[in-house]
Amino acid sequence: MSDPLLQVRGLKVHFPVRTGGVFVGQHTPLKAVDGVSFDLNQGETLGVVGESGCGKSTLGRAVLQLIGATDGVVSWLGTDLTSLNKKELIAARENLQIVFQDPLASLDPRMTAGDIIAEPLRNYRPSLTKGDRRKMAEEMMERVGLLPRMINRYPHEFSGGQCQRIGIARAMILRPKLVICDEPVSALDVSIQAQVVNLLMDLQRDFGLALLFISHDLAIVRHISHRVLVLYLGKVMELADKSALYATPRHPYTQALLSAVPIPDPMKERNKDRILLTGDLPSPLSPPSGCVFRTRCPRATSICAETVPGLESAGEGHEVACHHWRD
Amino acid sequence: MTSVLAIDNLSVSFATPDGDVEAVTDVSLSVEAGECLGLVGESGSGKSQTFMAAMGLLAENGTANGHISLDGLDLLSADEKKLNTVRGERIAMIFQDPMTSLTPHMKIGRQLSEVLIEHQGVDKETGRRRALEMLDRVHIPEAERRLDMYPHELSGGLRQRVMIAIALMCEPEVIIADEPTTALDVTVQAQILDLLMEVKANLGAAIVLITHDLGVVAGLADRVAVMYAGRIVEQGSVADTFASPVHPYTQGLLDCTPSLDVETEALETISGQPPNLQSLPTGCSFHPRCPHVFDRCQTERPLLERTPSGQSKACFYNGAEAG
Repeated sequence: MSDPLLQVRGLKVHFPVRTGGVFVGQHTPLKAVDGVSFDLNQGETLGVVGESGCGKSTLGRAVLQLIGATDGVVSWLGTDLTSLNKKELIAARENLQIVFQDPLASLDPRMTAGDIIAEPLRNYRPSLTKGDRRKMAEEMMERVGLLPRMINRYPHEFSGGQCQRIGIARAMILRPKLVICDEPVSALDVSIQAQVVNLLMDLQRDFGLALLFISHDLAIVRHISHRVLVLYLGKVMELADKSALYATPRHPYTQALLSAVPIPDPMKERNKDRILLTGDLPSPLSPPSGCVFRTRCPRATSICAETVPGLESAGEGHEVACHHWRD
Repeated sequence: MTSVLAIDNLSVSFATPDGDVEAVTDVSLSVEAGECLGLVGESGSGKSQTFMAAMGLLAENGTANGHISLDGLDLLSADEKKLNTVRGERIAMIFQDPMTSLTPHMKIGRQLSEVLIEHQGVDKETGRRRALEMLDRVHIPEAERRLDMYPHELSGGLRQRVMIAIALMCEPEVIIADEPTTALDVTVQAQILDLLMEVKANLGAAIVLITHDLGVVAGLADRVAVMYAGRIVEQGSVADTFASPVHPYTQGLLDCTPSLDVETEALETISGQPPNLQSLPTGCSFHPRCPHVFDRCQTERPLLERTPSGQSKACFYNGAEAG
């Protein structure tokens, strides 16, 4: 196999947050992403799952260097993106695009669909004429399932699903190698979600695209991903092939997450075993000592409060950060 | 058994600068004591507005026509004063977003006891004691301390428990839960669904569960009604509806919902876009997206009718092409 497109090693994103009183306040680092490592190969989809505040969106933005990394390496085709200056970074981003969660808010309301989709061309292919750009935008609209005759319409004239198609067309127009999808279907109705997921999978097949698919929806992640990374309070809990992660999850958090997803089948939903976690996500400003999951973990023992569990191999390509995964 | 809440031929329309928009059309529904009715539909299908009308909470430009009866009391013709004696006491609502539905500058304890002070005229001390009992009942840890906290000091899951506690204060006959877990993370959602199941088992109230999540309905509801473009298109028991849906829209919704228990190659989709309420298609509103459409669907509107299996559907298609 060829080298991975993207190699992330020990990535940390810490935000300084002022805590305490007005006069005696101090800065405490909020560890949004805390030592995350993974590879992403060409044509592959890595799903990133976790609950709100687990750092999955920050991770996506840090890969693009939209948010600077505090520490660690984001190696894109062998070049460390964290070491590039602004100009070099902009050049590198030609191959790295992003699709955001809120389809309407992420499109400029004063630009037409055609201008939005063609904007990356204006920046990266300055030699193209206006007519060329328009033609390419029309082709891309057709490709993502929009009618090219709607090219002069503004975002508010489109439905949520159509706006997300515009966002995808904008991301695809430069034929990037990697698209980061940050909750791309969360704001859409179920009947539209399926359309957009199928479109992303089609584009991946046709263009050999790699996807970093960030979502809280475990069923959709299972559908679209080849491998899945589970995050909790900025740390990797488990990383495995899709089939292994969903069939034999090793981390108690992954097991609880999977058991919590309601199944649209009354017989199965009412008879399944659920692992109910107690409590809520701890504040990321004062994460628990040792294993960050231990305060909600049904299997926690004294060692979990003392030592941070490292990632251990639980099979080929299957890594888990838990002291008790063998139990 | 008789129904506690019965909605009969309800229509809700909103006056807009572009003309009237009908959000709910000819909806008839009922719930019995101890029963949970799931109301499913996508955004704009009218599922929330149906029950906002029941609560007298429509926006200023909204008008409701029809009948909504709470044990014989017509809620639509009741005046504000009458409604205020009923809302919170006999019919209560749990909203989607617990942050914006709680009063931000009022302590949790007061928000709970207020319901009793208002409706049952209890004194402050009794109100506080009953508030504490209720927080315990919805399993809020350190309940005593929470009474003196403000909503922003609680997590999303705890806030939703407080909302449920407020709704339960007067032991209402009807509880309307409008997307009660949509804003929550999946592990917290599981906790809240568990609590709602407990409420259902212990309280004997009628529960209306409004949601877009078929999985949530599958776990909690006894009966389910599916709405599309302001109308009910299918109604039946949960077991029947999930095992053998009779309306193509319900079938489509079930097919395009990815599930953890089955793996599929490509997700089934419902083609096209949700309808624009201002220019609904002629005939059946679902016909432009329906895989079984034939001529009659484009000109004539199907009525909600009982099928031999005891389910109800508003659809001309009966299994054979060209109906």
